[in-house]
Amino acid sequence: MRRKIARHLIAITATVLLGGLVSAVLVRISPGFAIDENQLDPRLNAESLRALRASHSSEANILRFYAGYMNRAVHGDLGISHSLGQPVGRLLRDRVPVTGRLAAGGLALAWTFAFGLAAALAAVRISTCDVLAIVLSGILLCLPAAVMALLSVLWNAPASLAVALIVFPRVFTYSRNLLLNSYSLPHIVTARAKGLSKLRTLFWHVLPSCAPSLVAVGGISVNIALSAAIPVEALCGVAGVGSLAWQAAMARDLPLLVNVTVLVTLVTLLSDAGADVIGYVLSTREN
Amino acid sequence: MPRKLACLVLALVTAASLAASWLAPAGYATQFREAPNAPPSRRHLLGTDQVGRDLFSRTLYGTRISLLLAPAAALVATTLAAGIGGVAGFLGGVPERVAMSLTNLFLSLPWLFLLITIRALLPLNASPLASVLATFLMLGLLGWAASARVLCAGARALRTSELLLQARALGLHGPRLFAVHVISNLKPVLYAQFWISIPTFILSEANLGILGLGVPEPMPSWGTLLKELEGVTSLTEQPWKLAPLLVLIVVVTSFQLALSRQEVPL
Repeated sequence: MRRKIARHLIAITATVLLGGLVSAVLVRISPGFAIDENQLDPRLNAESLRALRASHSSEANILRFYAGYMNRAVHGDLGISHSLGQPVGRLLRDRVPVTGRLAAGGLALAWTFAFGLAAALAAVRISTCDVLAIVLSGILLCLPAAVMALLSVLWNAPASLAVALIVFPRVFTYSRNLLLNSYSLPHIVTARAKGLSKLRTLFWHVLPSCAPSLVAVGGISVNIALSAAIPVEALCGVAGVGSLAWQAAMARDLPLLVNVTVLVTLVTLLSDAGADVIGYVLSTREN
Repeated sequence: MPRKLACLVLALVTAASLAASWLAPAGYATQFREAPNAPPSRRHLLGTDQVGRDLFSRTLYGTRISLLLAPAAALVATTLAAGIGGVAGFLGGVPERVAMSLTNLFLSLPWLFLLITIRALLPLNASPLASVLATFLMLGLLGWAASARVLCAGARALRTSELLLQARALGLHGPRLFAVHVISNLKPVLYAQFWISIPTFILSEANLGILGLGVPEPMPSWGTLLKELEGVTSLTEQPWKLAPLLVLIVVVTSFQLALSRQEVPL
């Protein structure tokens, strides 16, 4: 258990360090880096221009630039957004709760419908309904997330519904397969043959046996919901982290974009690690 | 039966898109300025877009771009996956651990965030053709990680197999052993991974295109064609605008149905 948590912590630290390095390199090589508009000021003499250039020359070395970048990031200074002219930290603080609410709403809706449908179909097994549900989730899987967002705008549907429809087919497919596998386990077949009610079979036998895998699917679904945030927020006009990333990409605002990406990666890693640890605890309890 | 039907649909759509130069009544950039937003007619089978371009022609040309370049990107991704995952699994030990850690790190990066970050780095003044190639090349270069993990597992299983033991005993080592025995035995997995990647890249390009970060105008692709949906106010009044979306759904579904039997186990 401790080893598992330690491994995740090492992975998260490595990702942050590597992500920081990649961010620093991207910012360093981006067009316009180290160009100060003050250099165009005709009132400055040659000595002042040399001093201005010298102040930027310390950033020419990528490793030194990286060390400075990480040092500032640790102290909460994530730089200034070129396109919005505001500190990146403040922009993120304002928008993280919006994306959090959108993703949480979408996930709650998706899990309620997907898991409810999968559980009902696995327990009842009406082939026509099964085929219809598979076709529906298949069609939803073939739709790009951005199309789902466009359709939700067109039909005045809430943005969280668009996120839910993007997450739904993945959760439904995995949950259905897991539940069907669990229902075919010998002890569950015996329990059903002995006349145990459907609800009791589901809650006492099926769910405990597939809970660790379902928790893992939960971790993955957070990643899917966060990825869906970009098109949904950008096209539905929601002022969250996703639309911030999109604005930054359109304006080539790399300091903002890489910080958003590192933040979302951190959240993804934390949710994956959390799901892995919870799944491990559940599976050891089940054994 | 569904697999045969899916293959037939894919063959038909590919053939139609390759014959776009003959089938399309106009070029993809040709504007009929007197008929913007026109409904379907004998002259314009799927109507026209906001600037009067024939939607049927643009759908055919867009399908050609997506259907030719997505497999090319999938080829790049699968080759990279074979190089990283396959070699790591074949070597085992520290190289395998390092490669898998790198793969896991790569997989933990949110796909769409990563794509728009790298896309934002591409130069603004590139020609449309260069931008198209760069977009799909980027998809190929970034989409190797999931396949690498599968190929690493396959190569690891082969490493300790009788087959490789006998090959080693006969004096085959290093790159030759990898090329002759490992890669040839991984062919079914490579093929399945290649096939899986195509719809993923098609959907990713569509997402990027709708967000304005994919194939640039006037070149059509499924992404740029679906972006037109932004200007639609009512689908009941202009249902023909959904034609590119229907083609996309049919093609992606066909890829998924055609795949189900392709995944030959190792």
